[in-house]
Amino acid sequence: MTMNNQGRPTQAGNTETTELPTISGATISGDRGLDHEEALIFELGRAGMTGVDIPDVQISDSRLGGERRKSAVGLPGLSEPEVVRHYVRLSRMNYAIDAGLYPLGSCTMKHNPRLNEKMARLPGFADVHPLQPESTVQGALALISELMRWLTVLTGMPAVAMSPKAGAHGELCGMLAIKAALDARGEHRRRVLVPESAHGTNPATAALAGFTVDEIPAKSDGHVDADALRAKLGPDVAAIMLTNPNTCGLFERRIIEIADAVHAAGAYFYCDGANFNAIAGRVRPGDLGVDAMHINLHKTFSTPHGGGGPGAGPVVLSQRLAPFAPLPLLVHDANGFRMIEDRAALPDRLKPFGRMCAFHGQMGMFVRALAYMLSHGADGIRQASEDAVLSANYILASLKDVMSAPFEGPCMHEALFDDTFLEGSGVTTLDFAKAMIDEGYHPMTMYFPLVVHGAMLIEPTESESKESLDRFIHVLRRMALEAKAGKTARFEGAPHYAPRRRLDETAAARKPVLRFKPKPLAQAAE
Amino acid sequence: MRYLPLTDTDRRQMLARIGARDIDALFRDVPKAAIVGRDAFDLPDTKGELEVERILSRMASQDVAAGSVPFFCGAGAYRHHVPAAVDHLIQRSEFLTSYTPYQPEIAQGTLQYLFEFQTQVALLTGMEVANASLYDGSTATAEAVLMAQRVTRRPKAILSGGLHPHYAETVETVANLSSKVVRAPVTPGKAEDIASLIDDQTACVVVQSPDVFGLIRDLKLIAEAAHAKGALLIAVVTEIVSLGLIEPPGAMGADIVAAEGQSIGNGLNFGGPYVGLFATREKFLRQMPGRLVGETADAAGKRGYVLTLSTREQHIRREKATSNICTNSGLCCLAFTIHLSLLGEEGFARLARANHARASALAGRLSKIKGVSLVTPSFFNEFTIKLPKPAAEIVEKLADDNIIAGVPASRLMPHDPAMRDILIVAATETTTDEDCAAFADALTEALS
Repeated sequence: MTMNNQGRPTQAGNTETTELPTISGATISGDRGLDHEEALIFELGRAGMTGVDIPDVQISDSRLGGERRKSAVGLPGLSEPEVVRHYVRLSRMNYAIDAGLYPLGSCTMKHNPRLNEKMARLPGFADVHPLQPESTVQGALALISELMRWLTVLTGMPAVAMSPKAGAHGELCGMLAIKAALDARGEHRRRVLVPESAHGTNPATAALAGFTVDEIPAKSDGHVDADALRAKLGPDVAAIMLTNPNTCGLFERRIIEIADAVHAAGAYFYCDGANFNAIAGRVRPGDLGVDAMHINLHKTFSTPHGGGGPGAGPVVLSQRLAPFAPLPLLVHDANGFRMIEDRAALPDRLKPFGRMCAFHGQMGMFVRALAYMLSHGADGIRQASEDAVLSANYILASLKDVMSAPFEGPCMHEALFDDTFLEGSGVTTLDFAKAMIDEGYHPMTMYFPLVVHGAMLIEPTESESKESLDRFIHVLRRMALEAKAGKTARFEGAPHYAPRRRLDETAAARKPVLRFKPKPLAQAAE
Repeated sequence: MRYLPLTDTDRRQMLARIGARDIDALFRDVPKAAIVGRDAFDLPDTKGELEVERILSRMASQDVAAGSVPFFCGAGAYRHHVPAAVDHLIQRSEFLTSYTPYQPEIAQGTLQYLFEFQTQVALLTGMEVANASLYDGSTATAEAVLMAQRVTRRPKAILSGGLHPHYAETVETVANLSSKVVRAPVTPGKAEDIASLIDDQTACVVVQSPDVFGLIRDLKLIAEAAHAKGALLIAVVTEIVSLGLIEPPGAMGADIVAAEGQSIGNGLNFGGPYVGLFATREKFLRQMPGRLVGETADAAGKRGYVLTLSTREQHIRREKATSNICTNSGLCCLAFTIHLSLLGEEGFARLARANHARASALAGRLSKIKGVSLVTPSFFNEFTIKLPKPAAEIVEKLADDNIIAGVPASRLMPHDPAMRDILIVAATETTTDEDCAAFADALTEALS
């Protein structure tokens, strides 16, 4: 094994020859070195303590009326150092893209530039109120306008609705625009075609928007069955919801033909833009016949995932759907920028279907996304897409002889494997993924898409160096070879080196405990 | 490009391993007609950090930041002081750059704070269970209406006239698809008669308190009226700090609470991202939308947390899910949880008192101005005044003097001529005596 001058390995080691010291027994504290156990905040602190010094104002002139709070809230009291330590300790139990490769397929865990964080905190963006006079927020409105320009140019679409707060919210926005367009045509089409490989949000959104869902099968090559799709088209079909590149990591070859058939049948083409990061700067969805597509700013344009949110899901719209975009609408005239928040103030040709949320959308995410775009430029965005695709294909090419790829390459930005290579080994996709944790990696997306057995979907993104990819490939190859050779010890019950072993999810669901409750006194005294 | 680690040599070597002639070969499934070159995009090339910072700073400098002037806007978004520790902690890489905690063994940090968040929200609202957040208060309200329709199997939702108009429009946009949404009359400073609108087709009554005009509502009578007809009461709170002084909706009979959590831990951000709070009774648990974190144990018997009851959710249930939501407001929840942990019982009560005292003093001061009358008899940190002139004009005029005087009701309800002279004014712990004096003086002058 190569070591650097600190005695630290510079590449993945041969763990067969590196014996790990066994830890005999538990530590006195329950902690282990840098791994600290941490109680719930409700189990810490003491009455009367606070971490914020606020003058204790007594209210002489109460105008609260008769509804005054009668009992305590039940919050613990902690000083600032205690709160800081608590959350720092919690943070150390998390994996993060800043700490290592995070190959979650379909989730796009790329680098989150810190410049974007800094820009989002400029007082002119962070400390402005959504309803303060428009004359005092011209900079914020200009930023939104500039982001709209980037989004429409990159997608080749004429319009964009900015208010949706996440990808699924954007899907709803797009489907409601389609519904409004159909209503305006006086047609009551109710069926929406969704491939079986779709993200779960697609059928859920279609149902929420009042449509019925009709599944289209995938073909054995991972592409949607365009002939089956064509056969399902009819006068009751409102739209197709198609992800492209699809969830198998493949670009739908017959996409233009599909779009033409959908349009010929009088239906609309909703494209799930979750995988736009594979093609941005090279392919414009507008050229593919798309009518509506959400863009996950937290994927393609790198706003941080933040442990599950907040996201942002602007929706680009075709000319046919643009008049139905929801309020508010941003316009520019002689007096500068202004938000139209009221249907009556619009010309007749515009017929917004409603409002997705209060105010104007995820401004904090807009700033970060625009900072990303300006930094990359159109050339950098294209390069990022190419590097993401290149890296995924590099992984596919480097692993397909030891793992099993269900579809012929090349892939786009993510490489899909199934569990055929584990057959007979006793190791499952879950075991394989959990063993990656012990190797210092976040697992890939597992068991999605549903169209292959035991799916493992690997998305390296453009943020990894070749050295990082090589190390990852080396580790996965060794794991696959060991599993196939029947050396399954490292897979059994993995992970062993994480802050927690496998957690009992069945017990959690059977008898849900969803909040802290103080123990009864008798027990507490024990 | 500073964010892209691959060199041209790397790229060539990788293509060689793949066996592809060039990068275009990897895009071979894309129809030729759909491949475009650099010139298809009328957009600039890559820029250094300094240049990007310069461009965006210039844009930001055109705005009047709330903290730089006497500032009195509320109506669903409130300016509070957020302790420095909050923003520092949420920017830790392990929180900022992690994904949804689907691998609980290496995501206990996120899962535990969400469990703490759920507990805090349940305690604040006086409810039994809370989820791990929705996008914001308005979408949480829409989800609450959909949930009430699932629980009661009834179609009708009645919205109070005091519900924030943006919230009402959001509810109508989503819930009108499956049902009938009825809006009660708008009566600034008074509680409308909503009980008489409830019938046996009513799934829910949606009442905001303090309402959009700042009026504190008595939810008990509405809860009784709703329950008598088999309907649910959805209580909406847009200023969560109010629950430091006001009886929580759970104690007044609410069945679902949908609230905006922005006031704790989160800045104004021109309207987003915010954090939707959602709490209900345990018996409705399986009809709840959104992510839930539950306690469990690991294989070694240690306490730990996982995402749970996901059979309600879209990735399992697809078109039969309780909602299409796939995310929560993660980092905003964390900010909320840290700020509330810093405040604690004592700090939260003090914060609420400071807010009420400020608003109360300001209301007293403004209502002494000739021609100005106070519309809301009871309020927390936001109240409504009636002016002798159109409020929008006054707000523009004061903005010229760098005073942001509040939200004209006509901005939210442009069709209602009764809103023309009405101004919604908020004051928080950030409002100083000087701010109040400047506002009162400028308003006096503008009206004279």
